[in-house]
Amino acid sequence: MAGAGVSLLPRATPAPPAAPPWRPLHGRGQAIGLGFVVLYLSLIVLIPLAAVVAKGQENGFSGFWNAVTTPEAASTLKLTIGASFVVALINAVMGTLIAWVLVRERVPGRAVLDSLIDLPFALPTIVAGLALLTVYGAQSPVGLDIAYTRLAVVVALLFVTLPFVVRTVQPVLLELDTEMEQAAASLGAGPATIFFRIVLPNIVPAIAAGTALSFARAMSEFGSTVLISGNLPFQTQVASVHIFNQLEGDNLTGAAAVSTVLLVVSLVVLVALDLLQRWAARRG
Amino acid sequence: MASPGVLVRPALKGVALLYLTFLLVIPVALIFYRTFENGIQPVIDGLTDPATVHAFQITAVVAFWAVVANTIFGVTTAILLVRHDFRGKRVLNALIDLPLAVSPVIVGLALILVYGSTTGIGQTLSGIGVKVIFSIPGMVMATIFVCIPLVVRAVAPVLEEIGNDQEQAAATLGAGPVQTFLRITLPSIRGALAYGVVLALARSLGEYGAVAVVSGRLVGRTQTVTLLVQERYLNFDQETAYACALLLVVTAVLALIVSRLLAPKEITR
Amino acid sequence: MIMGFWRGKRRVASVTVAAAVLGGLSACASTEPDSEAAASSSEGKTVELSLVAYSTPQAAFEQIIAAFQETGAGQNVKFTQSYGGSGDQSRAVEAGLPADFVMFSLETDMTRLVDAGMVDPAWNTDEHKGMITDSVVALVTRKGNPDGIQDWSDLTKKGVEVITPNPFASGGARWNLMAGYGAQVTNGASEAEGEQYLADLLANVPVQDESARASLQTFTGGKGDVLIGYENEAIFAQQNGQDIDYVVPDSTILIENPAAITSTTKHPKEAQAFLDFVHGEEAQKIFAENGYRPIVEGADTAGQDFPEPSGLFTIEELGGWDEVATKFFDAENGIVTEIERNLGVSTEK
Repeated sequence: MAGAGVSLLPRATPAPPAAPPWRPLHGRGQAIGLGFVVLYLSLIVLIPLAAVVAKGQENGFSGFWNAVTTPEAASTLKLTIGASFVVALINAVMGTLIAWVLVRERVPGRAVLDSLIDLPFALPTIVAGLALLTVYGAQSPVGLDIAYTRLAVVVALLFVTLPFVVRTVQPVLLELDTEMEQAAASLGAGPATIFFRIVLPNIVPAIAAGTALSFARAMSEFGSTVLISGNLPFQTQVASVHIFNQLEGDNLTGAAAVSTVLLVVSLVVLVALDLLQRWAARRG
Repeated sequence: MASPGVLVRPALKGVALLYLTFLLVIPVALIFYRTFENGIQPVIDGLTDPATVHAFQITAVVAFWAVVANTIFGVTTAILLVRHDFRGKRVLNALIDLPLAVSPVIVGLALILVYGSTTGIGQTLSGIGVKVIFSIPGMVMATIFVCIPLVVRAVAPVLEEIGNDQEQAAATLGAGPVQTFLRITLPSIRGALAYGVVLALARSLGEYGAVAVVSGRLVGRTQTVTLLVQERYLNFDQETAYACALLLVVTAVLALIVSRLLAPKEITR
Repeated sequence: MIMGFWRGKRRVASVTVAAAVLGGLSACASTEPDSEAAASSSEGKTVELSLVAYSTPQAAFEQIIAAFQETGAGQNVKFTQSYGGSGDQSRAVEAGLPADFVMFSLETDMTRLVDAGMVDPAWNTDEHKGMITDSVVALVTRKGNPDGIQDWSDLTKKGVEVITPNPFASGGARWNLMAGYGAQVTNGASEAEGEQYLADLLANVPVQDESARASLQTFTGGKGDVLIGYENEAIFAQQNGQDIDYVVPDSTILIENPAAITSTTKHPKEAQAFLDFVHGEEAQKIFAENGYRPIVEGADTAGQDFPEPSGLFTIEELGGWDEVATKFFDAENGIVTEIERNLGVSTEK
């Protein structure tokens, strides 16, 4: 029934990189390309990050563990991971919804709205923070004063992660053939059934990819939360602010240790969502 | 289009639009408003100040090199991930997104730990006259760091979607890899590439934290627009701060529009 | 295919144009930017000095540099300037940022460079102990002081919202807290009572910004009833049209800001000349115009009203920064760390 329908659907995109259907074109080209890519990544990302991780280990594992389990560090990590998780989930839902509306619905000023989606990338985070503070702080023109609360942290994170799920889901929705949906509708399926049984399975990989990115991004966000959250220790201080404070206090090791934890958690989530993508693509 | 549920769709549409309005439209509108609150003269004054002009030049240089480097990297990586198979491909795929999870505070620290003038590498480099940290190259590296996933993730899905039929055909007709790449692969990803480049450009223009640490904040030498925005704002020169921010945003939006015009119709949004 | 190729060419053309434009811009950027420095006279080669300071004296230094370049000693000197958070700047110099003249808000930021061998340990053995400006910790209120804030005791009253930055990120916050603590213990309170005061004070703080200037922005943005800050910051805000007033309490701490020339400077003669100029009357007057208290006796205060608090004390009387930094602000065991933890544990849900 539904299972049979799913297997006839267009192949899920963007699927995770799959094995090529033919042997590599030119071994030497691949080697050069791979060498370049690995060198580039190493020089810019891997070696510097390794230096940070090493710095965090300077006082041995016990030093690392101490730095990460101080009440402040533990509190900020809890808040950051929790908030990023919430934000990622909200994005998964709202991002998909927004992508749907932009692709399938008639909206006045759709082109403008569509261009605006990418703005959080271009805005310096301090400006984003300023704008949010003005809209949702003490002098709010819409009467919503949520500044200096945990909710403010979530709002700031939602702002900077807005584009991620929308932009991964949109192209997939564009490519999606609506024949299946029309067929299902003519057979009497309701819109919920159509969405959950037919559309959703095709876009799950894209949602997963976008959600992973928004989680990772939320974990590291500094500039926009700094203004609107109030940075109260144990209440609204996110991990990146804690890291900053450690640096200011010349505690490089502590800063590096907490950063390492952020990296590891993000890596775990990225891998988990990559597996989810793979599984969903295989089912589709 | 299938839509028997009359109320559900408008309701969902309303929710999405409301969300966007409160989260995105109102804050951005506010930036416009704040910029021109006191008229256009302060805006012009702020934008023509020598420090501002220098900041824009420096931002342009840093963003240009970061985007160029990242485009080459992005296209190469996308091709490798989609069209090739090799050991460690999954590791590479996971690593690509990692820079997003690194706090900007740490990016600068990481680069200084490796390339600072007190390290071995740093001293070797300065021995041959290359200054990385507290100079433009370091800022380019920091900017590249935060943009790494952008071009790859824009191009890879499209490469995947298009499939390699044409490339295979070209190969059987005797085209070399470079020819195939330039004549077939590249044009086919044109739209996605343009979009990825624009995203990378937007991000490069807006990056603050990572660049701040490695820049040394030398007024007129390594002060990017975002650093200037911060400094002007803190010195109660709100007009200049907002004006510069707005100009960055407008540049990004214009670039986005241009990228759409370049996109072939099939991949247009 | 031919159409596609042609479109490709158009794209290549537009990319080339963009590249040319950016390349042109980069060529402009790589030439020497015009600084406020007057070009050197025909004889004497130009010397470039690098000034690295914390953020608040930027306006003052821009004027002082211009004045210096009018003098004989400063004619051939050009400057690069860098301003940022005191700790950030100190760390940058330690990591290799070239600097000839440095000024920070906290002595510990200077000590960092002394320990790194970049500043002569004798930097503070001159008559001014290495300081070039003074200020005091003041209580900043809304215009007209509607809440009637007069003294430190008003800050621990129930319901009063006090703005002060995070003491682990901001040197300014440390001056603020030690002023509050010192006001208690120099008036007869015991150390325990002083610490209790800090606990009561921090319980009234709803926002902890990352720098003193940011907390000023938070306050002027509408949050809080009173801001603890430097007097010169309050004056700066007023000069920039902000609607605030400030009170200098009877007991408050003298803020002394250290400056020095580095031992790594390639131009010691010119750097010393600049340092001497900074100690001179003209520069001190410029500092006064920008809200700083001159350190030179009898200097022109440029019409600023600098009230003399009867109970003025210095950080030395509290043990000096090295001791205070460890005792109060150590990340593990500091007194303030403990206070924040207790506050947090009780308020963390």
